[in-house]
Amino acid sequence: MRVLELDSVVGGYGDTQILHGVSMHVDAGEIVVIIGPNGAGKSTAMKAVFGLLKLTEGAVLLDGQAITNTPPEQVVRHGVCYVPQTGNIFPSLTVEENLEMGAFVRTDDFKPRLNEIYQMFPPLLEKRQQPAGTLSGGQRQMVAMGKALMLEPKILLLDEPTAGLSPKFRGEIFETVKKINSAGTPILMVEQNAKQALGIADRGYVLVDGKNRFEGTGQDLLDDREVAEMFLGGGKQSEEPPAKPSKPAAKKQPRKSGKT
Amino acid sequence: MAEFINFYLFPGLVLGSIYALGAIGITMTFGILRFANFAHGETMTLGVYIAWTLVQLTGFKSMLAILLVLMPISMMLTIMVVLLIDKAFYKPLRASPVIILVIASFGLMLMIRSVTQFSWGVQLKTILPGIQPRMQLLDFFSFPLKHVFIVGGALLLMYAVHYVLTYTKIGKAMRAMSDSPELARLTGINTEKVVMATWVMGAGLACAAGVFLAVDTQVDTMMGFKILLPMFAAAILGGVGKPYGAMAGGVVIGVAEELSSYHWIGDGPLLDPGYKQGIAFAIMIAILVWRPTGLFKGKSF
Ligand SMILES: Nc1ncnc2c1ncn2[C@@H]1O[C@H](COP(=O)(O)OP(=O)(O)O)[C@@H](O)[C@H]1O
Ligand SMILES: [Mg+2]
Repeated sequence: MRVLELDSVVGGYGDTQILHGVSMHVDAGEIVVIIGPNGAGKSTAMKAVFGLLKLTEGAVLLDGQAITNTPPEQVVRHGVCYVPQTGNIFPSLTVEENLEMGAFVRTDDFKPRLNEIYQMFPPLLEKRQQPAGTLSGGQRQMVAMGKALMLEPKILLLDEPTAGLSPKFRGEIFETVKKINSAGTPILMVEQNAKQALGIADRGYVLVDGKNRFEGTGQDLLDDREVAEMFLGGGKQSEEPPAKPSKPAAKKQPRKSGKT
Repeated sequence: MAEFINFYLFPGLVLGSIYALGAIGITMTFGILRFANFAHGETMTLGVYIAWTLVQLTGFKSMLAILLVLMPISMMLTIMVVLLIDKAFYKPLRASPVIILVIASFGLMLMIRSVTQFSWGVQLKTILPGIQPRMQLLDFFSFPLKHVFIVGGALLLMYAVHYVLTYTKIGKAMRAMSDSPELARLTGINTEKVVMATWVMGAGLACAAGVFLAVDTQVDTMMGFKILLPMFAAAILGGVGKPYGAMAGGVVIGVAEELSSYHWIGDGPLLDPGYKQGIAFAIMIAILVWRPTGLFKGKSF
Protein backbone atom coordinates (compact mmCIF):
# COMPACT_ATOMS: atom_id res chain seq x y z
CA MET A 1 0.00 0.00 0.00
CA ARG A 2 1.32 3.40 -0.97
CA VAL A 3 1.28 5.77 2.00
CA LEU A 4 3.04 8.79 0.59
CA GLU A 5 3.93 9.72 -2.94
CA LEU A 6 5.65 12.68 -4.55
CA ASP A 7 4.81 12.72 -8.23
CA SER A 8 7.17 14.82 -10.40
CA VAL A 9 7.17 17.63 -7.91
CA VAL A 10 8.45 21.04 -9.07
CA GLY A 11 8.89 23.99 -6.76
CA GLY A 12 11.20 26.17 -4.70
CA TYR A 13 11.52 29.31 -2.66
CA GLY A 14 10.19 32.48 -4.23
CA ASP A 15 11.45 32.54 -7.80
CA THR A 16 14.26 30.08 -7.20
CA GLN A 17 13.27 26.66 -8.38
CA ILE A 18 14.94 23.95 -6.33
CA LEU A 19 13.03 20.77 -7.13
CA HIS A 20 12.92 20.03 -10.83
CA GLY A 21 10.56 17.08 -10.93
CA VAL A 22 11.24 14.87 -7.95
CA SER A 23 9.35 11.60 -7.60
CA MET A 24 9.43 9.23 -4.70
CA HIS A 25 7.14 7.12 -2.63
CA VAL A 26 6.87 5.31 0.67
CA ASP A 27 4.86 2.13 1.06
CA ALA A 28 3.32 0.84 4.26
CA GLY A 29 5.91 -0.52 6.64
CA GLU A 30 8.91 0.88 4.79
CA ILE A 31 11.92 2.89 5.80
CA VAL A 32 12.91 5.02 2.84
CA VAL A 33 16.10 7.06 2.88
CA ILE A 34 16.99 10.08 0.79
CA ILE A 35 20.66 10.81 0.30
CA GLY A 36 22.48 13.30 -1.84
CA PRO A 37 25.03 16.11 -1.68
CA ASN A 38 24.49 19.24 0.37
CA GLY A 39 22.10 21.59 -1.30
CA ALA A 40 20.61 18.86 -3.48
CA GLY A 41 17.13 19.68 -2.25
CA LYS A 42 16.61 16.82 0.19
CA SER A 43 15.22 19.03 2.94
CA THR A 44 13.27 20.95 0.35
CA ALA A 45 11.63 17.72 -0.81
CA MET A 46 10.45 17.07 2.73
CA LYS A 47 9.20 20.61 3.09
CA ALA A 48 7.30 20.07 -0.15
CA VAL A 49 5.33 17.27 1.49
CA PHE A 50 4.64 19.48 4.43
CA GLY A 51 3.28 22.44 2.51
CA LEU A 52 6.23 24.63 3.37
CA LEU A 53 6.93 25.66 -0.18
CA LYS A 54 4.81 26.36 -3.16
CA LEU A 55 4.73 23.55 -5.67
CA THR A 56 4.11 24.70 -9.21
CA GLU A 57 3.84 21.27 -10.77
CA GLY A 58 3.33 17.70 -9.68
CA ALA A 59 1.42 16.31 -6.77
CA VAL A 60 1.85 15.05 -3.24
CA LEU A 61 -0.43 12.13 -2.41
CA LEU A 62 -1.21 10.77 1.02
CA ASP A 63 -3.04 7.46 0.93
CA GLY A 64 -3.80 8.27 -2.68
CA GLN A 65 -5.43 11.60 -1.86
CA ALA A 66 -3.81 14.79 -3.14
CA ILE A 67 -2.49 17.01 -0.38
CA THR A 68 -0.42 19.20 -2.69
CA ASN A 69 0.23 22.65 -1.21
CA THR A 70 -1.80 21.93 1.92
CA PRO A 71 -0.56 24.22 4.73
CA PRO A 72 1.52 22.48 7.43
CA GLU A 73 -1.03 22.80 10.23
CA GLN A 74 -3.45 20.81 8.03
CA VAL A 75 -0.88 18.27 6.90
CA VAL A 76 -0.32 17.40 10.56
CA ARG A 77 -4.02 16.86 10.98
CA HIS A 78 -3.90 14.39 8.10
CA GLY A 79 -1.46 12.31 10.13
CA VAL A 80 1.92 13.27 8.71
CA CYS A 81 4.56 14.26 11.26
CA TYR A 82 7.77 15.99 10.37
CA VAL A 83 10.93 16.44 12.39
CA PRO A 84 12.92 19.22 10.71
CA GLN A 85 16.69 19.21 10.55
CA THR A 86 17.11 22.10 13.01
CA GLY A 87 14.88 23.84 15.50
CA ASN A 88 12.83 20.71 16.06
CA ILE A 89 12.13 21.15 19.78
CA PHE A 90 10.79 23.96 21.93
CA PRO A 91 13.90 24.61 24.03
CA SER A 92 12.31 26.48 26.93
CA LEU A 93 9.50 23.96 27.37
CA THR A 94 10.13 20.91 29.49
CA VAL A 95 10.53 17.53 27.85
CA GLU A 96 7.02 16.60 28.88
CA GLU A 97 5.56 19.87 27.62
CA ASN A 98 7.26 19.26 24.28
CA LEU A 99 5.57 15.89 24.07
CA GLU A 100 2.25 17.40 25.09
CA MET A 101 2.57 19.97 22.33
CA GLY A 102 3.18 17.10 19.95
CA ALA A 103 -0.29 15.92 20.91
CA PHE A 104 -1.79 19.38 20.42
CA VAL A 105 -4.20 18.32 17.70
CA ARG A 106 -5.37 15.27 19.61
CA THR A 107 -8.69 15.63 21.33
CA ASP A 108 -8.63 12.30 23.13
CA ASP A 109 -6.59 11.35 26.18
CA PHE A 110 -2.96 11.21 25.15
CA LYS A 111 -1.60 9.98 28.50
CA PRO A 112 -1.30 6.32 27.39
CA ARG A 113 0.65 7.43 24.35
CA LEU A 114 2.89 9.57 26.55
CA ASN A 115 3.78 6.50 28.57
CA GLU A 116 4.54 4.55 25.40
CA ILE A 117 6.89 7.31 24.30
CA TYR A 118 8.67 7.22 27.64
CA GLN A 119 9.05 3.47 27.24
CA MET A 120 10.53 3.99 23.81
CA PHE A 121 12.91 6.69 25.08
CA PRO A 122 13.72 5.88 28.71
CA PRO A 123 16.17 8.77 29.19
CA LEU A 124 13.32 11.20 28.57
CA LEU A 125 11.33 9.90 31.52
CA GLU A 126 14.09 10.90 33.92
CA LYS A 127 14.39 14.32 32.37
CA ARG A 128 10.75 15.02 31.80
CA GLN A 129 10.67 18.14 33.96
CA GLN A 130 13.82 19.64 32.45
CA PRO A 131 13.75 22.29 29.74
CA ALA A 132 14.36 20.40 26.51
CA GLY A 133 17.00 22.94 25.51
CA THR A 134 19.27 21.74 28.32
CA LEU A 135 19.45 18.16 27.00
CA SER A 136 22.28 16.63 25.00
CA GLY A 137 22.04 16.50 21.22
CA GLY A 138 21.01 12.87 21.15
CA GLN A 139 18.33 13.36 23.76
CA ARG A 140 16.98 16.43 22.01
CA GLN A 141 16.61 14.32 18.92
CA MET A 142 14.65 11.84 21.02
CA VAL A 143 12.40 14.64 22.23
CA ALA A 144 11.86 15.75 18.65
CA MET A 145 10.97 12.25 17.51
CA GLY A 146 8.87 11.53 20.56
CA LYS A 147 7.00 14.76 20.05
CA ALA A 148 6.25 13.80 16.44
CA LEU A 149 5.16 10.32 17.47
CA MET A 150 2.62 11.61 20.01
CA LEU A 151 0.15 11.80 17.13
CA GLU A 152 0.68 8.18 16.11
CA PRO A 153 1.23 9.44 12.59
CA LYS A 154 0.53 7.60 9.36
CA ILE A 155 4.05 8.44 8.30
CA LEU A 156 7.04 10.07 9.94
CA LEU A 157 9.42 12.38 8.09
CA LEU A 158 12.88 12.77 9.60
CA ASP A 159 15.39 15.27 8.29
CA GLU A 160 18.94 14.26 9.20
CA PRO A 161 18.14 12.92 12.65
CA THR A 162 21.77 12.05 13.33
CA ALA A 163 23.33 15.32 12.17
CA GLY A 164 25.96 16.47 14.62
CA LEU A 165 25.71 13.41 16.86
CA SER A 166 28.58 11.26 18.03
CA PRO A 167 28.82 7.79 16.44
CA LYS A 168 27.42 6.19 19.58
CA PHE A 169 24.29 8.35 19.56
CA ARG A 170 24.02 7.96 15.82
CA GLY A 171 23.76 4.21 16.27
CA GLU A 172 21.12 4.69 18.94
CA ILE A 173 19.06 6.93 16.71
CA PHE A 174 19.18 4.42 13.86
CA GLU A 175 18.12 1.71 16.27
CA THR A 176 15.25 3.89 17.41
CA VAL A 177 14.21 4.54 13.85
CA LYS A 178 14.11 0.80 13.26
CA LYS A 179 12.07 0.35 16.43
CA ILE A 180 9.57 3.02 15.47
CA ASN A 181 9.26 1.44 12.07
CA SER A 182 8.76 -2.06 13.35
CA ALA A 183 5.97 -0.71 15.55
CA GLY A 184 4.21 0.06 12.30
CA THR A 185 5.12 3.60 11.28
CA PRO A 186 6.54 4.07 7.79
CA ILE A 187 9.48 6.46 7.71
CA LEU A 188 10.93 8.79 5.12
CA MET A 189 14.33 9.98 6.23
CA VAL A 190 17.02 12.27 4.86
CA GLU A 191 20.49 11.23 5.95
CA GLN A 192 24.09 12.31 5.53
CA ASN A 193 25.42 9.14 7.12
CA ALA A 194 24.41 7.36 3.98
CA LYS A 195 25.98 4.01 4.67
CA GLN A 196 24.37 3.43 8.03
CA ALA A 197 21.08 4.84 6.86
CA LEU A 198 20.93 2.69 3.74
CA GLY A 199 21.81 -0.24 5.97
CA ILE A 200 18.47 0.03 7.74
CA ALA A 201 16.49 1.24 4.73
CA ASP A 202 14.15 -0.78 2.61
CA ARG A 203 14.69 1.58 -0.27
CA GLY A 204 16.63 4.72 -0.99
CA TYR A 205 16.69 7.64 -3.36
CA VAL A 206 19.70 9.67 -4.41
CA LEU A 207 18.83 13.26 -5.11
CA VAL A 208 21.19 15.51 -7.05
CA ASP A 209 20.47 19.08 -8.10
CA GLY A 210 16.80 18.78 -7.33
CA LYS A 211 16.33 15.66 -9.48
CA ASN A 212 16.18 11.94 -8.87
CA ARG A 213 19.53 10.42 -9.72
CA PHE A 214 19.39 6.85 -8.48
CA GLU A 215 16.91 4.73 -6.66
CA GLY A 216 16.72 1.21 -5.43
CA THR A 217 16.72 -1.00 -2.39
CA GLY A 218 19.09 -0.01 0.38
CA GLN A 219 21.38 -2.85 -0.61
CA ASP A 220 21.32 -1.94 -4.32
CA LEU A 221 22.46 1.55 -3.53
CA LEU A 222 25.09 0.37 -1.13
CA ASP A 223 26.44 -1.91 -3.84
CA ASP A 224 26.26 0.59 -6.66
CA ARG A 225 29.70 1.81 -7.57
CA GLU A 226 28.70 5.24 -8.74
CA VAL A 227 26.65 5.85 -5.61
CA ALA A 228 29.49 4.56 -3.50
CA GLU A 229 31.93 6.93 -5.11
CA MET A 230 29.67 9.88 -4.69
CA PHE A 231 28.20 9.40 -1.26
CA LEU A 232 29.47 6.51 0.70
CA GLY A 233 32.84 8.01 1.46
CA GLY A 234 31.32 8.44 4.84
CA GLY A 235 31.62 12.15 4.93
CA LYS A 236 30.13 15.53 4.78
CA GLN A 237 32.48 16.57 1.96
CA SER A 238 31.11 13.94 -0.35
CA GLU A 239 30.05 16.74 -2.68
CA GLU A 240 33.31 17.08 -4.57
CA PRO A 241 35.40 13.94 -4.43
CA PRO A 242 37.67 14.82 -7.38
CA ALA A 243 39.07 17.86 -5.59
CA LYS A 244 40.75 15.77 -2.91
CA PRO A 245 41.79 12.51 -4.51
CA SER A 246 43.28 10.85 -1.44
CA LYS A 247 40.15 11.14 0.68
CA PRO A 248 38.03 8.35 2.18
CA ALA A 249 36.02 7.84 -0.97
CA ALA A 250 39.11 6.55 -2.68
CA LYS A 251 40.05 4.34 0.24
CA LYS A 252 36.73 2.57 0.37
CA GLN A 253 36.56 2.16 -3.35
CA PRO A 254 38.21 -1.22 -3.75
CA ARG A 255 35.72 -2.94 -1.48
CA LYS A 256 32.77 -1.42 -3.25
CA SER A 257 34.07 -1.94 -6.74
CA GLY A 258 34.85 -5.54 -5.97
CA LYS A 259 31.19 -6.18 -5.40
CA THR A 260 29.92 -4.36 -8.45
CA MET B 1 14.84 53.05 57.68
CA ALA B 2 11.09 53.40 58.01
CA GLU B 3 11.28 56.49 55.87
CA PHE B 4 13.26 54.58 53.25
CA ILE B 5 10.68 51.84 53.12
CA ASN B 6 7.61 54.04 53.37
CA PHE B 7 8.60 56.67 50.87
CA TYR B 8 11.03 54.99 48.51
CA LEU B 9 11.02 51.21 48.52
CA PHE B 10 7.30 50.58 48.78
CA PRO B 11 6.29 53.24 46.24
CA GLY B 12 8.96 51.69 44.02
CA LEU B 13 7.23 48.33 44.36
CA VAL B 14 3.90 49.93 43.52
CA LEU B 15 5.28 51.51 40.39
CA GLY B 16 7.20 48.35 39.60
CA SER B 17 4.05 46.21 39.81
CA ILE B 18 2.36 48.50 37.34
CA TYR B 19 5.32 48.36 34.94
CA ALA B 20 5.48 44.61 35.36
CA LEU B 21 1.84 44.10 34.36
CA GLY B 22 2.29 46.29 31.31
CA ALA B 23 5.59 44.72 30.34
CA ILE B 24 4.14 41.20 30.28
CA GLY B 25 1.91 42.19 27.36
CA ILE B 26 4.77 43.85 25.52
CA THR B 27 7.08 40.90 25.93
CA MET B 28 4.42 38.33 24.97
CA THR B 29 3.43 40.29 21.88
CA PHE B 30 7.07 40.46 20.92
CA GLY B 31 7.61 36.78 21.60
CA ILE B 32 4.55 35.50 19.79
CA LEU B 33 3.61 38.09 17.19
CA ARG B 34 7.23 39.15 16.77
CA PHE B 35 6.83 42.89 16.94
CA ALA B 36 7.30 45.73 19.39
CA ASN B 37 3.81 46.98 20.06
CA PHE B 38 3.92 50.75 20.37
CA ALA B 39 0.18 50.89 20.89
CA HIS B 40 0.42 49.03 24.19
CA GLY B 41 0.48 52.23 26.25
CA GLU B 42 -2.63 53.42 24.45
CA THR B 43 -4.38 50.14 25.18
CA MET B 44 -3.69 50.92 28.78
CA THR B 45 -5.08 54.45 28.49
CA LEU B 46 -8.16 53.16 26.74
CA GLY B 47 -8.73 50.66 29.53
CA VAL B 48 -8.50 53.46 32.06
CA TYR B 49 -11.08 55.58 30.24
CA ILE B 50 -13.41 52.63 29.99
CA ALA B 51 -13.04 52.13 33.74
CA TRP B 52 -13.51 55.85 34.39
CA THR B 53 -16.71 55.81 32.36
CA LEU B 54 -18.00 52.83 34.31
CA VAL B 55 -17.23 54.65 37.55
CA GLN B 56 -19.28 57.62 36.35
CA LEU B 57 -22.14 55.40 35.21
CA THR B 58 -22.32 53.36 38.39
CA GLY B 59 -21.35 56.08 40.83
CA PHE B 60 -19.12 53.66 42.72
CA LYS B 61 -16.82 55.46 45.13
CA SER B 62 -15.23 52.65 47.05
CA MET B 63 -11.85 51.44 45.97
CA LEU B 64 -12.80 47.82 46.50
CA ALA B 65 -15.88 48.10 44.31
CA ILE B 66 -13.84 49.77 41.61
CA LEU B 67 -11.04 47.23 41.71
CA LEU B 68 -13.13 44.11 42.19
CA VAL B 69 -16.15 44.88 40.05
CA LEU B 70 -15.42 47.62 37.55
CA MET B 71 -11.85 46.71 36.78
CA PRO B 72 -12.64 43.16 35.59
CA ILE B 73 -15.46 44.54 33.42
CA SER B 74 -13.11 47.15 31.97
CA MET B 75 -10.55 44.47 31.31
CA MET B 76 -13.07 42.46 29.36
CA LEU B 77 -14.18 45.46 27.33
CA THR B 78 -10.58 46.43 26.60
CA ILE B 79 -9.88 42.87 25.49
CA MET B 80 -12.83 43.01 23.12
CA VAL B 81 -11.63 46.25 21.57
CA VAL B 82 -8.12 44.88 21.16
CA LEU B 83 -9.39 41.67 19.55
CA LEU B 84 -11.35 43.77 17.07
CA ILE B 85 -8.26 45.86 16.39
CA ASP B 86 -6.30 42.67 15.77
CA LYS B 87 -8.90 41.44 13.33
CA ALA B 88 -9.08 44.71 11.46
CA PHE B 89 -5.45 45.81 11.45
CA TYR B 90 -2.95 43.15 12.43
CA LYS B 91 -4.48 40.03 10.99
CA PRO B 92 -4.18 41.15 7.37
CA LEU B 93 -0.52 41.91 8.12
CA ARG B 94 0.26 38.63 9.86
CA ALA B 95 2.74 37.48 7.23
CA SER B 96 4.26 40.92 6.69
CA PRO B 97 7.79 41.86 7.67
CA VAL B 98 8.20 42.94 11.28
CA ILE B 99 8.86 46.56 10.43
CA ILE B 100 5.43 46.84 8.82
CA LEU B 101 3.81 45.57 12.01
CA VAL B 102 5.80 47.98 14.16
CA ILE B 103 4.74 50.87 11.97
CA ALA B 104 1.14 49.67 12.05
CA SER B 105 1.26 49.61 15.83
CA PHE B 106 2.71 53.11 15.80
CA GLY B 107 -0.18 54.25 13.66
CA LEU B 108 -2.64 52.54 15.96
CA MET B 109 -1.04 54.26 18.92
CA LEU B 110 -1.83 57.63 17.36
CA MET B 111 -5.30 56.54 16.30
CA ILE B 112 -6.32 55.18 19.69
CA ARG B 113 -4.95 58.25 21.42
CA SER B 114 -6.86 60.56 19.12
CA VAL B 115 -10.06 58.64 19.63
CA THR B 116 -9.56 58.74 23.38
CA GLN B 117 -8.85 62.45 23.40
CA PHE B 118 -11.75 63.14 21.10
CA SER B 119 -14.23 61.07 23.09
CA TRP B 120 -13.23 61.98 26.61
CA GLY B 121 -11.36 65.28 26.30
CA VAL B 122 -7.85 66.03 27.42
CA GLN B 123 -8.45 67.48 30.88
CA LEU B 124 -7.23 65.47 33.87
CA LYS B 125 -9.77 63.32 35.67
CA THR B 126 -9.74 61.22 38.80
CA ILE B 127 -11.05 57.74 39.13
CA LEU B 128 -10.90 57.54 42.91
CA PRO B 129 -11.69 60.92 44.48
CA GLY B 130 -11.13 61.96 48.09
CA ILE B 131 -8.47 61.28 50.65
CA GLN B 132 -7.55 57.66 50.92
CA PRO B 133 -6.93 55.81 54.19
CA ARG B 134 -3.50 54.58 55.15
CA MET B 135 -2.45 51.32 56.59
CA GLN B 136 -0.28 51.37 59.70
CA LEU B 137 2.07 48.51 60.47
CA LEU B 138 4.14 48.14 63.66
CA ASP B 139 4.24 51.89 64.33
CA PHE B 140 6.93 52.45 61.72
CA PHE B 141 5.42 51.50 58.46
CA SER B 142 2.56 53.34 56.94
CA PHE B 143 1.31 52.78 53.43
CA PRO B 144 -1.64 54.22 51.57
CA LEU B 145 -4.20 51.43 51.52
CA LYS B 146 -4.55 51.78 47.76
CA HIS B 147 -0.89 50.90 47.36
CA VAL B 148 -1.43 47.72 49.27
CA PHE B 149 -4.31 46.85 46.95
CA ILE B 150 -2.28 47.66 43.87
CA VAL B 151 0.64 45.47 44.88
CA GLY B 152 -1.70 42.71 46.03
CA GLY B 153 -3.79 42.89 42.86
CA ALA B 154 -0.70 42.86 40.67
CA LEU B 155 0.67 39.81 42.49
CA LEU B 156 -2.62 38.04 42.03
CA LEU B 157 -2.69 38.80 38.31
CA MET B 158 0.91 37.73 37.90
CA TYR B 159 0.07 34.47 39.62
CA ALA B 160 -2.80 34.05 37.16
CA VAL B 161 -0.38 34.57 34.28
CA HIS B 162 1.96 32.01 35.78
CA TYR B 163 -0.91 29.58 36.18
CA VAL B 164 -2.09 29.96 32.60
CA LEU B 165 1.40 29.63 31.15
CA THR B 166 2.32 26.61 33.24
CA TYR B 167 -0.82 24.56 33.56
CA THR B 168 -3.11 25.22 30.61
CA LYS B 169 -2.82 23.87 27.10
CA ILE B 170 -3.18 27.29 25.52
CA GLY B 171 -0.60 28.76 27.90
CA LYS B 172 1.93 26.08 27.02
CA ALA B 173 1.18 26.66 23.35
CA MET B 174 1.88 30.37 23.90
CA ARG B 175 5.30 29.56 25.29
CA ALA B 176 5.90 27.07 22.50
CA MET B 177 5.06 29.62 19.84
CA SER B 178 7.27 32.17 21.56
CA ASP B 179 10.10 29.64 21.36
CA SER B 180 9.55 28.90 17.69
CA PRO B 181 6.56 30.01 15.60
CA GLU B 182 7.71 27.84 12.72
CA LEU B 183 7.82 24.66 14.77
CA ALA B 184 4.52 25.58 16.42
CA ARG B 185 2.96 25.57 12.98
CA LEU B 186 4.56 22.27 12.01
CA THR B 187 3.31 20.80 15.26
CA GLY B 188 -0.25 21.70 14.37
CA ILE B 189 -0.64 24.26 17.14
CA ASN B 190 -3.51 26.55 16.32
CA THR B 191 -1.43 29.68 15.96
CA GLU B 192 -4.38 32.02 15.44
CA LYS B 193 -5.81 30.90 18.75
CA VAL B 194 -2.48 31.49 20.42
CA VAL B 195 -2.32 34.97 18.93
CA MET B 196 -5.78 35.71 20.31
CA ALA B 197 -4.80 34.41 23.74
CA THR B 198 -1.80 36.70 23.63
CA TRP B 199 -3.96 39.72 22.94
CA VAL B 200 -6.37 38.70 25.66
CA MET B 201 -3.57 38.44 28.18
CA GLY B 202 -1.79 41.59 27.06
CA ALA B 203 -4.88 43.77 26.85
CA GLY B 204 -6.35 42.54 30.12
CA LEU B 205 -3.15 43.20 32.00
CA ALA B 206 -2.64 46.56 30.29
CA CYS B 207 -6.08 47.66 31.42
CA ALA B 208 -5.38 46.49 34.97
CA ALA B 209 -2.01 48.26 35.03
CA GLY B 210 -3.68 51.42 33.75
CA VAL B 211 -6.46 51.31 36.34
CA PHE B 212 -3.89 50.77 39.11
CA LEU B 213 -1.93 53.75 37.86
CA ALA B 214 -5.09 55.82 37.63
CA VAL B 215 -6.10 54.87 41.16
CA ASP B 216 -2.65 55.89 42.33
CA THR B 217 -2.44 59.10 40.33
CA GLN B 218 -4.81 60.56 37.80
CA VAL B 219 -6.54 59.86 34.54
CA ASP B 220 -4.76 61.45 31.63
CA THR B 221 -4.83 60.71 27.91
CA MET B 222 -1.04 60.52 27.83
CA MET B 223 -0.65 58.26 30.84
CA GLY B 224 -0.09 55.07 28.87
CA PHE B 225 2.37 56.66 26.51
CA LYS B 226 4.32 58.13 29.41
CA ILE B 227 5.00 54.72 30.84
CA LEU B 228 5.61 53.00 27.51
CA LEU B 229 9.34 53.52 27.79
CA PRO B 230 9.70 52.04 31.29
CA MET B 231 7.53 49.11 30.18
CA PHE B 232 9.76 48.48 27.16
CA ALA B 233 12.78 48.85 29.42
CA ALA B 234 11.29 46.25 31.77
CA ALA B 235 10.63 43.84 28.91
CA ILE B 236 14.16 44.25 27.57
CA LEU B 237 15.74 44.01 31.01
CA GLY B 238 13.87 40.79 31.67
CA GLY B 239 14.67 39.29 28.28
CA VAL B 240 12.32 39.84 25.38
CA GLY B 241 9.70 37.10 25.11
CA LYS B 242 10.12 36.09 28.76
CA PRO B 243 7.03 36.86 30.87
CA TYR B 244 8.77 36.20 34.19
CA GLY B 245 11.59 38.41 33.03
CA ALA B 246 9.11 41.18 32.34
CA MET B 247 7.73 40.85 35.85
CA ALA B 248 11.19 41.02 37.40
CA GLY B 249 12.26 43.77 35.02
CA GLY B 250 9.20 45.85 35.87
CA VAL B 251 9.82 45.64 39.58
CA VAL B 252 13.53 46.41 39.21
CA ILE B 253 12.86 49.47 37.10
CA GLY B 254 10.07 50.75 39.32
CA VAL B 255 12.20 50.38 42.43
CA ALA B 256 15.28 51.84 40.73
CA GLU B 257 13.32 54.90 39.67
CA GLU B 258 12.09 55.58 43.18
CA LEU B 259 15.36 54.81 44.90
CA SER B 260 17.24 57.12 42.58
CA SER B 261 15.92 60.12 44.46
CA TYR B 262 16.73 58.78 47.93
CA HIS B 263 19.37 60.79 49.79
CA TRP B 264 22.00 58.09 49.55
CA ILE B 265 24.83 60.59 49.91
CA GLY B 266 24.42 63.71 52.03
CA ASP B 267 21.04 65.36 52.53
CA GLY B 268 19.73 65.95 49.06
CA PRO B 269 18.26 63.35 46.73
CA LEU B 270 20.86 61.43 44.77
CA LEU B 271 19.10 62.29 41.57
CA ASP B 272 16.59 65.06 41.18
CA PRO B 273 13.14 63.39 41.01
CA GLY B 274 12.63 65.19 37.72
CA TYR B 275 15.15 62.84 36.15
CA LYS B 276 13.45 59.70 37.44
CA GLN B 277 12.22 58.80 34.01
CA GLY B 278 15.76 58.77 32.70
CA ILE B 279 16.52 55.77 34.88
CA ALA B 280 14.45 53.38 32.79
CA PHE B 281 16.08 54.71 29.66
CA ALA B 282 19.56 54.34 31.10
CA ILE B 283 18.87 50.78 32.21
CA MET B 284 17.44 49.92 28.80
CA ILE B 285 20.46 51.25 26.95
CA ALA B 286 22.87 49.54 29.33
CA ILE B 287 21.13 46.20 28.87
CA LEU B 288 20.98 46.55 25.10
CA VAL B 289 24.70 47.27 25.01
CA TRP B 290 25.97 44.73 27.51
CA ARG B 291 23.44 41.95 27.63
CA PRO B 292 20.90 42.25 24.83
CA THR B 293 19.18 39.01 25.79
CA GLY B 294 18.29 40.44 29.21
CA LEU B 295 18.25 38.73 32.58
CA PHE B 296 16.23 35.73 31.44
CA LYS B 297 17.99 35.06 28.14
CA GLY B 298 15.29 36.35 25.84
CA LYS B 299 15.51 37.02 22.14
CA SER B 300 17.85 39.78 21.02
CA PHE B 301 16.79 42.39 18.57
N1 LIG C 1 14.29 28.94 2.89
C1 LIG C 1 15.03 28.96 1.76
N2 LIG C 1 14.97 30.02 0.94
C2 LIG C 1 15.69 30.04 -0.21
N3 LIG C 1 16.51 29.07 -0.59
C3 LIG C 1 16.63 27.99 0.17
C4 LIG C 1 15.89 27.88 1.41
N4 LIG C 1 16.20 26.70 1.98
C5 LIG C 1 17.09 26.11 1.16
N5 LIG C 1 17.33 26.88 0.07
C6 LIG C 1 18.21 26.51 -1.04
O1 LIG C 1 17.68 25.37 -1.65
C7 LIG C 1 18.70 24.49 -2.04
C8 LIG C 1 18.42 23.11 -1.47
O2 LIG C 1 18.46 23.17 -0.07
P1 LIG C 1 18.12 21.96 0.86
O3 LIG C 1 16.87 21.34 0.41
O4 LIG C 1 18.18 22.45 2.25
O5 LIG C 1 19.34 21.01 0.58
P2 LIG C 1 19.77 19.67 1.31
O6 LIG C 1 19.73 18.63 0.24
O7 LIG C 1 21.15 19.90 1.80
O8 LIG C 1 18.81 19.41 2.41
C9 LIG C 1 20.01 25.09 -1.55
O9 LIG C 1 20.62 25.70 -2.67
C10 LIG C 1 19.59 26.11 -0.56
O10 LIG C 1 20.47 27.20 -0.58
MG1 LIG D 1 19.02 19.45 4.48
